[in-house]
Amino acid sequence: MRVGVVVFPGSNCDRDALHAARLAGADAQLLWHAEPDLHGAEAVILPGGFAHGDYLRAGAIARFSPIMGVVREHAARGGLVLGICNGFQVLTEAGLLPGVLRRNTTLRFEHGWVRLSVERRDTPFTRGVPEGTTLRLPIAHGEGSYYLPDVQLDALEAAGQVLFRYAPPEGNPNGSLRDIAGVVDDGGRVCGLMPHPERASEQILGSDDGMLLLRSLVESAAWHEALVG
Amino acid sequence: MTVVASPPPPSVEQPLHRRLGLTDDELEAIQTRLGRRPNDLELAMFSVMWSEHCSYKSSRSLLRQLPSSGPDVLAGPGENAGAVRIGGGLAACFKIESHNHPSAVEPYQGAATGVGGILRDIVAMGARPVALLDALKFGDPAKARTRALVRGVVRGVGGYGNCVGVPTVGGELAFHPSYADNPLVNVMCVGLVDEGRIASAAATGAGNLAVLYGSPTGRDGIGGASVLASASFDEGSAQMRPSVQIGDPFAGKLLIEASLELIERGLLVGLQDLGAAGLTCAAAEMADKGGSGMRVDLAAVPRREEGMEPFEVMISESQERMLAVVTPERLDEVLAVCARWGLPAAVVGTVAPDGDVVVVEDGRELARVPARALASEAVVLERVGHPPVRSRPAPAPGVPALAHDGLPERGMDPGAVLQALLGMANLGSRAWVTAQYDETVGTDTVAGGARGAAVLRLKGTPRALVMATDSLPGLALHDPRLAAAMAVAECTRNVAVTGARPLGLTNCLNFGDPGVPEAFWQLSESVRGLAEAATALGLPVTGGNVSLYNESVGARIAPTAQIGVVGVLDDIALLVGPYFRNEGDVVALLGEAGPGLSGSQYEALAGAAPEDGPPLLDLAREVALGRLLRRASAERLLSSAQDVAGGGLAVAIAECALWSGLGADLVVPVALPPAVVLFGESPGRVVVSLPAERWPDLARLAAGLRVPCRRLGSVAADRLRMRLVGVGATGAAEERGAGVADEMDEPLAELERAWRGALPRALGEAS
Repeated sequence: MRVGVVVFPGSNCDRDALHAARLAGADAQLLWHAEPDLHGAEAVILPGGFAHGDYLRAGAIARFSPIMGVVREHAARGGLVLGICNGFQVLTEAGLLPGVLRRNTTLRFEHGWVRLSVERRDTPFTRGVPEGTTLRLPIAHGEGSYYLPDVQLDALEAAGQVLFRYAPPEGNPNGSLRDIAGVVDDGGRVCGLMPHPERASEQILGSDDGMLLLRSLVESAAWHEALVG
Repeated sequence: MTVVASPPPPSVEQPLHRRLGLTDDELEAIQTRLGRRPNDLELAMFSVMWSEHCSYKSSRSLLRQLPSSGPDVLAGPGENAGAVRIGGGLAACFKIESHNHPSAVEPYQGAATGVGGILRDIVAMGARPVALLDALKFGDPAKARTRALVRGVVRGVGGYGNCVGVPTVGGELAFHPSYADNPLVNVMCVGLVDEGRIASAAATGAGNLAVLYGSPTGRDGIGGASVLASASFDEGSAQMRPSVQIGDPFAGKLLIEASLELIERGLLVGLQDLGAAGLTCAAAEMADKGGSGMRVDLAAVPRREEGMEPFEVMISESQERMLAVVTPERLDEVLAVCARWGLPAAVVGTVAPDGDVVVVEDGRELARVPARALASEAVVLERVGHPPVRSRPAPAPGVPALAHDGLPERGMDPGAVLQALLGMANLGSRAWVTAQYDETVGTDTVAGGARGAAVLRLKGTPRALVMATDSLPGLALHDPRLAAAMAVAECTRNVAVTGARPLGLTNCLNFGDPGVPEAFWQLSESVRGLAEAATALGLPVTGGNVSLYNESVGARIAPTAQIGVVGVLDDIALLVGPYFRNEGDVVALLGEAGPGLSGSQYEALAGAAPEDGPPLLDLAREVALGRLLRRASAERLLSSAQDVAGGGLAVAIAECALWSGLGADLVVPVALPPAVVLFGESPGRVVVSLPAERWPDLARLAAGLRVPCRRLGSVAADRLRMRLVGVGATGAAEERGAGVADEMDEPLAELERAWRGALPRALGEAS
């Protein structure tokens, strides 16, 4: 099962995602943003960081990177795409996921451990999460406040596209509407979330809850591959 | 030729060398070395290279006392950073540096570029930066200016570190009135490199090319080293803003990745970052180190502004630039790597056999100076030191003031004092700061340094890297030598409590104007204390940084020797954490309280009698304690180990409880006044917890190493209870006629409220 981790020049969680994807059993490799080639990856991870410095707006320039064209085609074919933190921001900027990520309402960069409730377990990203489990993952971002106009939020909820919400005791760290921490696209094949599953990949780091998501991704991609060929 | 246009406004009567910050004696020394008068460009180059910041002219003779060698030292002072062997073919590169003056003028950019600068030092060693620690000092947090500085500096540290993806895993934040006008921003960086891949900063091989890559050169930071970092502040300081460098963390990230790729692929002969004194410094130091010369062609330097004067190009401190020496055969590959990372790169010079730094433009020779005259043979000043004149002799360390007992006299009960201490800006929770730093990027952070030492696992090995940074400025006002030695002991202890072996030490010496005898005495005493402690603990000092002139009209900072220690734990399974783990575990104290409240947080809170001296440091005891901690870790005896430092024993125990949510029920024997035992900061003490069945083993180990070890009680649920028994306590109880002063019994929730809100309250962000 091949996983490609996209490297934008300012990505800084690319090697972390690579390490965690390999722990999850994937044959993972880095993909340079300037080359429009997924090198056979069955699932694509857009990692955290500051893709092009993000002085303008997080992810605003990355969507023009040559690789985003093939990521878009990959998604259109039903391929799996996971955007983490800055990767989530890039996916919303690229129009692959609904919503925008605004500045944290604290007006500060926020680092810390949060808890996520998992709203659906029938997606390729959450199928391995046991019933009733909340996930303990770190966050590290300045622009993670999820926003959509009310009407669209209602529609998003109705369509079952809200995948993760910030949960007690830590709660919502950034002012995201309806505590939304992660969403999927209408086909359920593209997912973005602000917390970092790849940083919660081993007990020694304080939690390995993130592996539930990454293993789900790897297994789903392998399954999809077997089915579609 | 025009000269430094910005600060301070040049007065017409002053000759050029003085306007550039050089003394008449230094001009004469330059003429002696050149055998002629320097031209204006040469003078500008000397002015930055002979600045205190670059030349260490006031401190160099003192620093020779520091022990710098050891079996594990791979790179020592004089290199871009120190390097020690950590096993498995890996080396840890580390260094601590200041960016104090720029941060006082422009806190965000000053702090951000401080982070950028130390990162480049580590990268220049060929190492990937894996951790940052920031040690920050400010004045009274109730003042609006202090609050603006704190917010700006913390945002700046995070702004750079978070973006480049290097976790900020620890540090220090302290407030003391002496830092009101001169805040300190010291940043430590630790990197990892294969032992055999440590990069050289030497320009060797005549005919090799000097490639400048990274951001184009602009006018920012002109004269930062000589103007900002090498003079005290006065009313004109606001005009110094143009001397502050501007950071671009995205460019910094590209520079890191490109540099590491160049080194990994073996494309470079030598590498150096451009920091203070810019191109002049990089060219001169690389040439000097390589025993060669360098010919620099100004026209080839990529610029971001037009019409720059030659001296501006040579001394600009524009950020995010590196100078690499490459063989002509490798040039194309080097340029291709830079292009891939989107970094401008140009051949700006050639290594020459003659030993001179030669600056040419369009075929015209503008300057020619021996590299060593700029670098290793820069002027050395013999400064005069004199201890401060005190109205009465300072009490000697360890002299007890038994007559003085803070607690009963003031009618305080220990629980109230503990709450007050935990609510102080200096001792409260650091969450307000650490939440603004990315601590977990890199997926190696096992423990953040807000709770003692920072611990990073080393992927693919059983090992962990352990690091800490400490200083004792409050104590240094009483006794700088003792404070420096105690900071070394404390920092080493912080690393040792995890079970790790301390391997090397870096330091950042922050002092006042070395031309003032009292300030120079503080510096020389501190270096002496540092040398004594490092020698006794067998810890090589692999590098550091000196920041002088931290004073403004009428106010000098407390002498601040900021210490950084790096160690290694060979098996991360043996890691001992700082806080309680299991209810019912035995709580014990290793070491014992000594007299002395001077310089303590208790003194800052409640005052101490003038006859009460500072605590006593027993370095032999520290060595034995370190040995005991490593043995206890190796035998898996301990559930937790926590250093006793700021706020004393009571605060150390409270932290064990607050970090874990588990309380304790303890009986504390007091042979000295209760305030001294509970809140004094005498060194050599560690609070441990362990399963009851391991207690005999620990007691036996401690007895064998002659380290006092006393069982205090056990880990309990949600209260912190301490009963005082013994000589010191009985008197107090009788005097007061009640047990109030002899016992504290605090619900953790209340301590937590005081502790958690301390910093936001102090900064006016919570009530």
